[in-house]
Amino acid sequence: MIPAPFDYVAAGSPAHALELLERYGDDAKLLAGGHSLLPMMKLRLAAPSVLVDIGQLSELRGIRLDGDEIVIGAATPHATLAGSELVRADAPLLAHSAGLVGDPQIRHRGTIGGSLAHADPAADLPMALVALGGSVDVLGSDGTRVVAAEDFFTGFFETSLTPGELISAVRVPRAPGAAWGYQKFVRRANDWAIVGAAAIGGRIGLANMGPTPLRARAAEHALASGASPAQAAALAAEGTEPGEDIHAARDYRMHLARVLVRRALEGRT
Amino acid sequence: MQVKLTVNGQRRSDDVEARLLLVHYLREMCGLRAANVGCDTTSCGACTVLLDGSSVKSCTVLTVQAAGHEVTTAEGLAPDGKLHPVQAAFRAEHGLQCGFCTPGMVMAAAGLLAENPHPTEAEVREGLEGNFCRCTGYHNIVRAVLAAAGDGDRAQVPA
Repeated sequence: MIPAPFDYVAAGSPAHALELLERYGDDAKLLAGGHSLLPMMKLRLAAPSVLVDIGQLSELRGIRLDGDEIVIGAATPHATLAGSELVRADAPLLAHSAGLVGDPQIRHRGTIGGSLAHADPAADLPMALVALGGSVDVLGSDGTRVVAAEDFFTGFFETSLTPGELISAVRVPRAPGAAWGYQKFVRRANDWAIVGAAAIGGRIGLANMGPTPLRARAAEHALASGASPAQAAALAAEGTEPGEDIHAARDYRMHLARVLVRRALEGRT
Repeated sequence: MQVKLTVNGQRRSDDVEARLLLVHYLREMCGLRAANVGCDTTSCGACTVLLDGSSVKSCTVLTVQAAGHEVTTAEGLAPDGKLHPVQAAFRAEHGLQCGFCTPGMVMAAAGLLAENPHPTEAEVREGLEGNFCRCTGYHNIVRAVLAAAGDGDRAQVPA
């Protein structure tokens, strides 16, 4: 399968990338690792006329501390995130999540910014970011705005990014030693979650239980009121409207959410 | 557009379409047919090559993204005709049947051993998660990778 023809421009800096986005408008797409975009282009589900490559910009790579947050460059590959000593120590849920994306080859190419911008509700990193209470640095012509993870995801494969903006970095709060759990239910290696659950510090994220990654708020409230993990997990599917597909019916997904949230609250990975 | 990159140690400069996938560049412009197009959907791993030493699926990399970088294919593991330790181990341990997945398996294994020279069996199985063998040959493949790891530093990819 071969993508439709397009022009390729390697941006020289984030500012240059913004200029190119402004020049080409809706016809342009940002390319980093390309592991969500290129498969869509090969299937002709996407046919941008210009690709603006930001994948090799050093300004968008790397992991650093900023006060009580870890700041991850948007073009940082999943393998780097999964292997980072800093992330493993201070945000182990995120490192674990990155280590479950796809397979080793995909983790060498795919980037955190790309995964978030793609906004697949079944994906690992969007759920992890929602569970962690992280945020996204969005760079536009007026500067950077910081968007909380839950406000970033607005619909099925939709985000609050406007066509002229790019994700420059991702922020997660440092929480060394915080208890956490992570559950990704798949039938085969390499798959997206049929349902996923991530729990840390009284917050619970769900994957593939609706058009966006969600918080299991009823279960969180129960926990805050002193419920046991099992009691709280029984409420995990409340307020969710999961879809149906060849992998699972709606009721089955709701059952999975309850089981997986219980396991995540028990600290299982 | 013109791209300059290094393939199996040789510097190249080629005029390519922006949409040319790396696997097609390697097979059709470089004449290197080890990397196979299997699923063509980033799943099966038959097209695995090393990009700057890390395993990637070349059906999901644009040639222009490899500009300025180093690509290694299975041909590049044995430049003088002497099998790389991973290749020799696949032969010794019968790590293949039909052979279609083999170049990708070998490159994924070489990439794995570059990152983790002495993996456990579980780490080998997880490390090859992105490569499918439809002859059900996984046991011997895992055995081959572990045998190659026993070769210590010789299991590394040549520079």
